Amino acid sequence: MGTVVNPPELENPSVDDVLADAARHNRNADPSQNATMILNMGPQHPSTHGVLRLVLEIDGETVLSCAPDIGYLHTGIEKTCEAKFYQQVVPLTDRIDYLSPMTNNLCYCLAVEKLLQLEIPERAQYMRVLLNELTRLNSHLVWLGTHAMDIGALTVFLYCFREREDVLRIFENVSGQRMMTSYFRVGGLSMEPPLDFYDQVRSFLKIMPERIDQYQNLLSGNPIWVNRTKGVGHLSAADAIALGVTGPPLRASGVDWDLRRDMPYSGYEKFDFKVPVSQDGDVWARYVVRLEEMRESVKICLQALDGMPEGPIKANAPKVVLPDREQMKTQMESLIYHFKIVTEGFTVPAGEVYQAVESPRGEMGYYAVSDGTSKPYRVHMRNPSFATLQALETMCKGRLLADVVAVIGSIDIVLGEIDR
Amino acid sequence: MAEALLDKDAVLEAHAANPAIASLLALDPAIIANAKFDRGELTLTIARESIVAAAKTVQQAGYNFLEDVTCVDWLPREPRFQVVYHIVSHSLKARIRLHVMVDSIDPSLDSIVPVWPSANFYEREVFDLFGVRFAGHPNLRRIMLPEEWDGHPLRKDYPVEGYR
Repeated sequence: MGTVVNPPELENPSVDDVLADAARHNRNADPSQNATMILNMGPQHPSTHGVLRLVLEIDGETVLSCAPDIGYLHTGIEKTCEAKFYQQVVPLTDRIDYLSPMTNNLCYCLAVEKLLQLEIPERAQYMRVLLNELTRLNSHLVWLGTHAMDIGALTVFLYCFREREDVLRIFENVSGQRMMTSYFRVGGLSMEPPLDFYDQVRSFLKIMPERIDQYQNLLSGNPIWVNRTKGVGHLSAADAIALGVTGPPLRASGVDWDLRRDMPYSGYEKFDFKVPVSQDGDVWARYVVRLEEMRESVKICLQALDGMPEGPIKANAPKVVLPDREQMKTQMESLIYHFKIVTEGFTVPAGEVYQAVESPRGEMGYYAVSDGTSKPYRVHMRNPSFATLQALETMCKGRLLADVVAVIGSIDIVLGEIDR
Repeated sequence: MAEALLDKDAVLEAHAANPAIASLLALDPAIIANAKFDRGELTLTIARESIVAAAKTVQQAGYNFLEDVTCVDWLPREPRFQVVYHIVSHSLKARIRLHVMVDSIDPSLDSIVPVWPSANFYEREVFDLFGVRFAGHPNLRRIMLPEEWDGHPLRKDYPVEGYR
């Protein structure tokens, strides 16, 4: 083969680039020598976590270049948002990242609340933090289970989904839905949590630290797991920043940056937690960082439960927040507000905001533009998976084909939020 | 929350110590076409031809991480497209937003991929959904929609439902 020219550093080749490269490499290839080969992976491949399609040029087992091809799940959510009232967008946000619906709900609600300059009661903030950390646990459990399964450790999957079921039961109890929760509203929460909610969360948090130890026992000492992850898919801190990588992969590359701590929102400044950072930048480091994050999430949940203040769960803004059922049935004014919000929506002063939160996958940002009407003029989602996917080529180049699967698992992408 | 400042000179005066503003003004006082400070967020409108220089300057001023590139269609206003950049500084723990206004006759501007490689996908998305072209982009193709798709769905003259 001989004449492989490395493309410039950090450039994401397109599918056509990869095909052209392969054609160039093979033009003068001696048939007795190893020629390169194009391999199409996905979009129905089980280890691409959805509908990611990769076009890889491989030389034997070595990946020479790799181009992601996305858009198979594009549903035009941003366009749909423009035709809905502000409160009707909340259920759409669930569908973007179906593994962390609460994080999406929160980020959107915070953005609109920022546009409205609305103060949220402390209890609603604590509930939001609590549910967001449970969402992080839920998402990381799915990540660990599927990631381990991709690499061949099937048992972990069953253990993780056992605990995930507990989290989904909590979500079902609090919101009525297991996955598409839509529990947060602009101005607070949709309803009071049920009476047994706190006990249910507490009993889950009690078993969780021990369960995380179990996962660690199953994997960390396993020589197959160690060999498949250590030193694989290396990403340096500078490359991670240049390629827009956020969240656990960024922290695993040694950049100490967590929006919950560094640019707090929804009352995160009141919580005491550590931000796990690793300097290794490989698949193993991402695994260690996420496991530590799960432990920290349990601590944050406990703090939220212990410090849960008394008080309302909705802001006192009758023009924005739907009144209680009781009030709506008995007070004329509340009935009028209810009718107006449901039929006409609420108007939001003109302006633009960008609100970012730390989702389980990294920085999730909502950019909302209002023109003063009751429908958003523009809603844009900055999704962590979309940016992180750009680093795939840098992490996979020169590695074995089997490592691509490990790397995809380690960046924990959700195609729903990449394609939107 | 701090009072909103919508006047360019007032913003530049109140935020004169901001490293991004200081270094942009040092580079070229005409580079900032407009500025506003609203809901605690600083927005600078950059002259269209200077976006790459501005991005480099802002990056050197400590705003090291490009978070997002997107666009807003202000049909029927001209210039019609507002390309939006969100950049955060890990050291200052602050965010800055850059705007570039692009007209509908020639919706194009320079790509900032040479400054931040992560702009690659974002700019492709803006091109795909808004039809704004980024000169110098290494691979300006549709990213979400099929290659043969007709039109740019996030433009305001593209209907949400029914026939195009």
